[in-house]
Amino acid sequence: MDIDFDAEDLAFQREVRAWFEANTPPELRRKTITGEMLQKDEIVRWQRRLDAQGWLVTGWPQEHGGPGWTPTRRYIFDLERAAASAPIGLSMGVIMLGPVLMAFGTPEQRAHYLPRIRRCEDWWCQGYSEPGAGSDLASLKTAAVTDGGDYLVNGSKMWTTYAHWATHMFCLVRTAATGKKQEGISFLLIEMDRAGIEVRPIVSIDGEHSLNQVFLTDVRVPKKNLVGREGQGWDIAKYLLTHERTSIAGVAECKALLANLHAAAAERRSGGRPLVEDAAMRLKLARAEIELMALEYTNFRVLAATAAGKAPGPESSLLKTMGTAVQQTLSELDIDIAAEKAWPWRERGEFGRGRYAHAMERYCYSRAATIYGGSDEVQKNVLAKMLLGGGAR
Amino acid sequence: MCSPRCCSAAARAKANAMNFDLSEEQKMLRDAAQKFLRAEYGFDARNRIVASETGMSREHWRRFGEFGWLGVALPEAHGGFGGGMVETIQVAEPMGAALVVEPYLASAVLGAQAVARAGSPAQQAAWLPGLASGKLVLVLAHTEDDSGHQLAHVAARAAAERGGWVLSGRKSGVLGAPWADGFVVAARTAGAVHERRGISLFMVGAKTPGVQVAGYRVYDGSRAGDLLLDAVVLGRDALLGVEGEGLGLLEQLIDIGIVAACADALGAMGALLRKTVEYTGTRKQFDVPIASFQVIQHRLVDMFAAIEASRSLLLMAALHAEHPDAAARSRAASAAKAGIGERARFVAQQAVQLHGGVGMTEELDIGHYFRRLTLFCHLFGGSDHHLQRFAALRAAA
Ligand SMILES: Cc1cc2nc3c(=O)[nH]c(=O)nc-3n(C[C@H](O)[C@H](O)[C@H](O)COP(=O)(O)OP(=O)(O)OC[C@H]3O[C@@H](n4cnc5c(N)ncnc54)[C@H](O)[C@@H]3O)c2cc1C
Repeated sequence: MDIDFDAEDLAFQREVRAWFEANTPPELRRKTITGEMLQKDEIVRWQRRLDAQGWLVTGWPQEHGGPGWTPTRRYIFDLERAAASAPIGLSMGVIMLGPVLMAFGTPEQRAHYLPRIRRCEDWWCQGYSEPGAGSDLASLKTAAVTDGGDYLVNGSKMWTTYAHWATHMFCLVRTAATGKKQEGISFLLIEMDRAGIEVRPIVSIDGEHSLNQVFLTDVRVPKKNLVGREGQGWDIAKYLLTHERTSIAGVAECKALLANLHAAAAERRSGGRPLVEDAAMRLKLARAEIELMALEYTNFRVLAATAAGKAPGPESSLLKTMGTAVQQTLSELDIDIAAEKAWPWRERGEFGRGRYAHAMERYCYSRAATIYGGSDEVQKNVLAKMLLGGGAR
Repeated sequence: MCSPRCCSAAARAKANAMNFDLSEEQKMLRDAAQKFLRAEYGFDARNRIVASETGMSREHWRRFGEFGWLGVALPEAHGGFGGGMVETIQVAEPMGAALVVEPYLASAVLGAQAVARAGSPAQQAAWLPGLASGKLVLVLAHTEDDSGHQLAHVAARAAAERGGWVLSGRKSGVLGAPWADGFVVAARTAGAVHERRGISLFMVGAKTPGVQVAGYRVYDGSRAGDLLLDAVVLGRDALLGVEGEGLGLLEQLIDIGIVAACADALGAMGALLRKTVEYTGTRKQFDVPIASFQVIQHRLVDMFAAIEASRSLLLMAALHAEHPDAAARSRAASAAKAGIGERARFVAQQAVQLHGGVGMTEELDIGHYFRRLTLFCHLFGGSDHHLQRFAALRAAA
C-alpha cells in the first residue's frame, strides 16, 4: 500500500508539466476548457506534436514506439496533460486498433499500420454498430463474401464517429451465416476511399456533426486486410472493448474538469456573490469530488490488479459505469453554473469563445457516454453475471 | 376553480369531496389546444419555424390569439377570457407537448400579467387587447449578469428627470427578447443593489432610443437576448405600478411564471414517456423488444411515477397561485419548481438513454424535448435555488 511518488517520478512530473505548459497551443487549451469540438487538422497537428516528443502512444510497448513507462508514470502523465487542458487526442487508432494489431495482427500488418497510427498518417474509425445491431452487436449483418482473393462487403454501419474524417475503418463483418452468430464474425480493415463506400452525416443533439452512417455496396477488400482468423472477430472485438472501457473511466479528464468548475463557480455570481459561496453549490461540488475519489481509487485498484498480470474483466464494466456517472454529473454541474450563459445555441464568433459557450453542447453530448461503448444497462448485465454466475438471465 | 378565487376554489374542491375535475370549459380549452397543435404544429412544421429568420411564426401566434389562448387569464374587458392559472396551464401543457417556440410563457403569461395586475387603465388599454389577440409581444426583463435568481438583486437604475425617467443598465437571459414590441424592465429607483425596496417596473417600447437587443437562438429552439439600456428616456407614464414597490409584483409574476413553465414541462415529459413506451415496445435487440427487459420496464415506471408526482405538484401550485398570503404562494411555486425540475431532468435523461443512439440525434424529436426540459430546469432558478427558497419561507412561516 503505497501511492507516494518517488523522487524520479516527481522529476518526471515536473518535466511533463513544464512541457505541456510550454507546448499546448492556447487555442486548443481554450477549446478543451470550454468543450468546443476540435477540428480534424487541429487534432492531427496536436497528435504529431505529441508523437515528436515520444508521448502519443503512451500505453504501447517500447518495441512499437511506446515510451516504456510504468503505470505510475502513465498516471502522472495523464494527470498533467489533463491539468494543462491539453486535448486527449484520438482513441480509435492509438487505444483501440493498436493493441488489437499487436495481439492479433500479422507481422506485415503491424509493420505497416502501427507506425502510421503513431505518426497520425491514418485516421481510423470504428465500424461496429449497425441500425439493427447496437447492444446486440453479435446480430450484425454487414456481410463479407469471398470473391477470388478478395472480400465483397455489403451492408451499413451506424453511429460511426468521425467516419467523414477517417482514412480507414476497422470493421466487424459477417463471414459465415451458420452456427452461433458470434462465430461468424470477422475483423476487417477497410480503406475509406474504396469504391462503394458512402458516408452520410448524422447531426447529434449537441448540434455537432461527428456521427455518420456508412453504406457499403460491393466494396472490394483484399483478404490481407483480415485481422486474425475468419470467425475470430468476436473475440477480437471483446478484447478491444475491454481496452475501450478501461480508458473510458477518464479520471484525469474529470479531475481537470472539476478544477475548472471550481474556477467557474468562483467567477460566476448569484445575488452578487460568488456562486461558490452558495451552500448548495458547495455541497454539489463536494459530492462530485468524493465520487471522483471513489472512481480514482477504484481505477488504481484495477490497474494494480492488471499490472500484476490479471486481464481486465468485469472490472472494466464497473469502471465504465462509475466513470460515465462522474462525467455526466460534472457536465450537469457545468450547465448549472453557466445558467443562462449556456442558453445560446451554438453561438460562434466572439461569444463562441466564452467560457460557457459550449457547456450545453458538452452536457448534451455527455448523455451518450452511457450509451456508447456498451450501454450502462449492458454493463450492469455483465456485472450481474459476474455476481450471480449462470443465475443471471 | 381559479383566480382570483383560488382559496374558495381549494375550499370548494374539499367540499366536493376532492373534486379535481376540470370544468367543461377548461376541458374544451385543453382539447382544442391539443387538437390544433397536433394538426398544425407538427415536428416538421415546428422545425421550419425554428430555422426561419425570425424563429417565430406570427401566423401561428395570431391563431393562438384567435382561439383565446393568449388572453386566457386576461380580463374580458380587454379581449381576454377572464380565467386564471388553471386555465393557463390547460394551454401551457399542450404547448410543451408540441414543442411550441412562440413566447407563450414570456409574453402571454409574464408580460401580459404584469400589465393586467399592475397597469394603469391607460397601460392596460394600450397593451392588453394586442397581447390577447396576438398582435403584440411584451416580455419581462429582470435578470442581470450577477443576479442569479435573487429577484431583489437589481443594479439597473432609473432616475426621475425632466418629468419622466432615464433608464440605464443591462439585462440578460430575457426570454423572447428579439420578438418583443416592449419590455417590462425592473430597475432601481432607490436603494442599494440588493435591497428589497426601491425596485420599480417600467414599460419600455422596443424601439425607444437607447434600447439595444442582442438576440440569440436558445438551445430549446426559442429566442432570447441580452438587453442594453443606455440612458433610455421614458415618460412619467412608463412606470408600472407603485414606485419603489416593484419587487412584490416581480415575485408574484415569477411565481405564476413558474407554474406555467411547470405545465409546459409536464407536457414535454408526458410526450417523452409516450414516445419512449412506444419505442421500447418496437425496438428489438437480442430478438426481443427491449421493453421486455425488466430493467427497462422499471425505468419506464420510474418515469411514469415522476410524471404523476409532477402533475400533483403542478396542481398544488396552480391552486395556490393566487393565494393572498405571498409566502404560501411562493412556497407552493418553489415546491413545484424544485420537485418537478428534478423529475424533468430524470425523465429527459432516461428518454434519451432508453432510445440509445437514435435518442442522441437531431433528427428525432426526443433530443428536442430533452433540451427543452434541460432549459426548464434552469429557468427561474434551478432546483437547489428553490429548495433553499422553500426552506427559508418555511422557517419564516
Ligand atoms: C455519440 C455516439 C458515438 C458512437 N460511436 C460509435 C462508433 O464510433 N462506432 C460504432 O461502432 N458505434 C458507435 N456508437 C454506437 C454505440 O455503440 C451504440 O449506440 C450502442 O451500442 C447502443 O446501441 P443502440 O444505439 O442500437 O441502442 P439499443 O441497443 O437499441 O439500446 C436501446 C436501449 O435499450 C437498452 N438495452 C439494450 N439491450 C438491453 C438488455 N439486454 N438489457 C437491458 N437493457 C438493454 C440499452 O441500454 C438502451 O438504453 C456510438 C454511439 C453514440 C451515441
